[in-house]
Amino acid sequence: MHSDLSSFSATAGLQELRNGSFTPSEWLESFVARIEACGELNLYISDTTETARESATQALSRYQDKTARPLEGLPIAIKDIFCTKAIRTTAGSKFLSNFVPPYESTVTARLQEAGAIVLGKTNLDEFAMGSSTEHSAFGATHNPWSHPDKPLVPGGSSGGSAAAVAARAAPVALGTDTGGSVRQPASFCGVMGFKPTYGRLSRHGVIAYASSLDQPGIFARSLADVELLYRTAAGHDPLDSTSAVCSVDAASSPLPNLSGVKIGVPREYHTKDLDGEIESVWQQGAETLRQLGAEVEEISLPHTEAALAAYYVIAPAEASSNLARYDGVRYGLRAEGDHKSLDAMYEASRSLGFGKEVQRRILIGTYVLSAGYYDAYYNRARRVRALVAQDFAKAFERVDYVLAPATPSAAFPLGAEATADPTWMYQQDIFTVPVSLAGLPALSLPAQLNKAGLPLGLQLIAPAFGERELFAAAALFNEALDFKAVPPGLVASGANR
Amino acid sequence: MTWRIQGASGAWEAVMGLEVHAQILTVSKLFSSAACAFGAEANAQVNLLDAALPGTLPVCNDHAVTQAVRTALALSATVHETSVFERKNYFYADLPLGYQISQYQQPLATEGELEVEGEDGTRRIGIERLHMEQDAGKSVHDMHDSASFVDLNRAGVPLMEIVSCPDLRGPKEAASYLRRLRALLRTLGTCDGNMNEGSLRCDINLSVRRVGDTELGTRTETKNVNSVRFVVQAIEREAARQVAVLEEGGVIVQETRLFDPNKGESRSMRSKEEAHDYRYFPDPDLLPLVLRAEWIEQQRASLPELPQARARRFEETFGLAPSAAWLLSEEPDNAEYFEALICGGRDPVRCANWLVTNLFSALNESGIEIADSPVSPDELGVLLDLVEQDKLSGRQAKEVFEEMWQGGKSATEIVKARGLEQISDADTLRAAVELALNDNPEQVEDFLSGRNEKVAGWFVGQVMKATGGKANPQLANRLVQEALAKRKS
Repeated sequence: MHSDLSSFSATAGLQELRNGSFTPSEWLESFVARIEACGELNLYISDTTETARESATQALSRYQDKTARPLEGLPIAIKDIFCTKAIRTTAGSKFLSNFVPPYESTVTARLQEAGAIVLGKTNLDEFAMGSSTEHSAFGATHNPWSHPDKPLVPGGSSGGSAAAVAARAAPVALGTDTGGSVRQPASFCGVMGFKPTYGRLSRHGVIAYASSLDQPGIFARSLADVELLYRTAAGHDPLDSTSAVCSVDAASSPLPNLSGVKIGVPREYHTKDLDGEIESVWQQGAETLRQLGAEVEEISLPHTEAALAAYYVIAPAEASSNLARYDGVRYGLRAEGDHKSLDAMYEASRSLGFGKEVQRRILIGTYVLSAGYYDAYYNRARRVRALVAQDFAKAFERVDYVLAPATPSAAFPLGAEATADPTWMYQQDIFTVPVSLAGLPALSLPAQLNKAGLPLGLQLIAPAFGERELFAAAALFNEALDFKAVPPGLVASGANR
Repeated sequence: MTWRIQGASGAWEAVMGLEVHAQILTVSKLFSSAACAFGAEANAQVNLLDAALPGTLPVCNDHAVTQAVRTALALSATVHETSVFERKNYFYADLPLGYQISQYQQPLATEGELEVEGEDGTRRIGIERLHMEQDAGKSVHDMHDSASFVDLNRAGVPLMEIVSCPDLRGPKEAASYLRRLRALLRTLGTCDGNMNEGSLRCDINLSVRRVGDTELGTRTETKNVNSVRFVVQAIEREAARQVAVLEEGGVIVQETRLFDPNKGESRSMRSKEEAHDYRYFPDPDLLPLVLRAEWIEQQRASLPELPQARARRFEETFGLAPSAAWLLSEEPDNAEYFEALICGGRDPVRCANWLVTNLFSALNESGIEIADSPVSPDELGVLLDLVEQDKLSGRQAKEVFEEMWQGGKSATEIVKARGLEQISDADTLRAAVELALNDNPEQVEDFLSGRNEKVAGWFVGQVMKATGGKANPQLANRLVQEALAKRKS
């Protein structure tokens, strides 16, 4: 019976716990078994099975005492970029392979205070820099949808979390989205990925990549789960100066249909790299929305192409500064040897501790901020960013939501990037990056399988702080998309709806 | 007189600006909740952000902002409703984040001024900008022969950087600028001004040019000049050095120099070529600092009386000389002492003179602050009242004061114990005068015959002698004149 329990969504599983159909420990063990069965996928960097088992026992007492909290006994996976007290947190980097935070991030604290149990810390691209989870000092994660002889990437940077939810090695998971790091892997792995409005979820305790873009996000197999985790973790945090002060709205209420709702389809997203199958999934998605009563119209987001360039200036610029603290002086890796100077010690430690992609982005970031190049790159990128935000603001004067593909292609083979130009991988972010630059909430929903049997996702983008309305509209859309496929080897179950 | 450096080939003038780093008086750091008290054990005042742990974020200390705004307003600067914290990026072991959070393109305040008194009399020195920033930690290299240590207690401590325009022309003017700025900060309570604890630090930008030239020369920046005396010393040395270099046909290298207080000299630290590219950019962890105009006005309205206004009031209301007025206004404690002393209706000019000549030198000699003076304003007032009532002479009062300074006894007790009380009773003194005249008929005769009219003074001396120096000298003089005049008729 235990293996079946892993197919329950968070909301459904919690209901069963309340009903007493099974215990928190039984539910937990189903995931422990899945994690073990999925060992080859390399989903987790660290597991916390022992403490999770203790927590599950306590959760049972709370159910018995009738003091159970809203998420009591819900196992969750956490991207290894959220600082977790006394649990090693690596950010996927060799540099932090021995780093054990003395404090807990706000988001993980809020979920645990609501009763959630940490299953483990999932794999990611080092410091969240990448779109494939291959840039991890702890090895690549494989997509659960891979054919045995041809491994695929799960996307990235939150690839471990996305793949864990897809493989039922966790019911829900936390990720972070800087330029698409939640929405793209969700699409590649056939699960839901939600990036809230910038400022909705606290960044306190999230190891920074690009502070003005980083936003915690959620992976789940059910929309109710997304909303449950979002509403538990969201809200102002005085420890994060960029945390939004406005309060989180009440839960969304179901809509009968989408009549009166206007959906925009951006003309500029018909890029030359757009996969034909995705193009058609996108059109079918628009048609589905029409059938639900929505009006679909073409809109223009004229600065889409420039957005990608701006992102790859702003994000590395911030990263070059955010990662300056990794100097081997106070914590983390310090290269051994007799260093001739402080600078030599930094150089040795940082060369040893950082992977290639991180070094590349630090170099780019340092370059675009340096005297003489600042205006041409960094300042221009900031102006483009303002224009991108303006594009969306104008669009939202006419439409309520924007419908777009999540990615230009389905999951690509492991190692494909190694043979390609680095900018090829950057192109993967074309549909996710503009939303990040504008700080908007967006939900990636699995829509269909392509001919090769791989999931393809669509994004529903809402105006800033429009989460409540987004969830209401997405609920109908998701129901109509009716994506039920599961990765090879898993049995579809009604329990995850 | 305008300050000039006399070179072999003629006269030169110096053009200077000061950059002052003032530690903002607050309980906690600029962006973290760690304390910033002076003198704590190494690394005892460090929280996770100060050590730059991954995932930690800065949260701005509102009180530090209020303090900086009040300082800017007191300097008549324009406080901007929007200012921006930026990151100044460089690597150093005592800079855990790898950047200093500072303000760069959009500082908190600009265009202030401060009135100084120097070689050219009273002048207004422009203040280019005032911005907030974090201090760095401290590297300690001399504790071990092969290792360095880092103390992060200072890391993140809030500072105001106050940058003057290149308006200063002489060492006295620069010293006055620093002294008056310090007085202002202490009066506001926004910085304790303790230069020996590093709460107030000063860098000097200086260039020289021939008198009459209008173009600026190449400047150097001398760092770490941490007392008013050193400012004078550093300016004199650096100006002379630059003149010597130029007169020998050399060029001034734009460089940063470090002042060594032990040697009273500066040495080159780094040249412009070695200067860092700090890659400033707005800190994405912090939103722009936005202040409401009405809040700024509230702060302006609640500023205390500032030293210069107070000095003006002391001059205008009490008729004090400018120098005394400034000395008593400079430190809030001085003003408080002075105002307590005169509050019983005592003559402000006499009180001021007494403080400036006697109390301040006593404080200086014993190296204590006026707040810790062993003689309180009330106690000193009693002494000054005795002088005012002609019961003590000025000289006697000084002696009594010296004993009061040693502590324990009041003026009246000392006067009584020493039998010092001045004889101002006319009848008693008249008797002493008559006695002196009767005892010295020859001298009386000298006076009456007009042979020697100065003999009157000699009689006063006799009266003083006869009374053991206690006679009121003015009264004794008057009575001697009266008695002699009577005999003449």
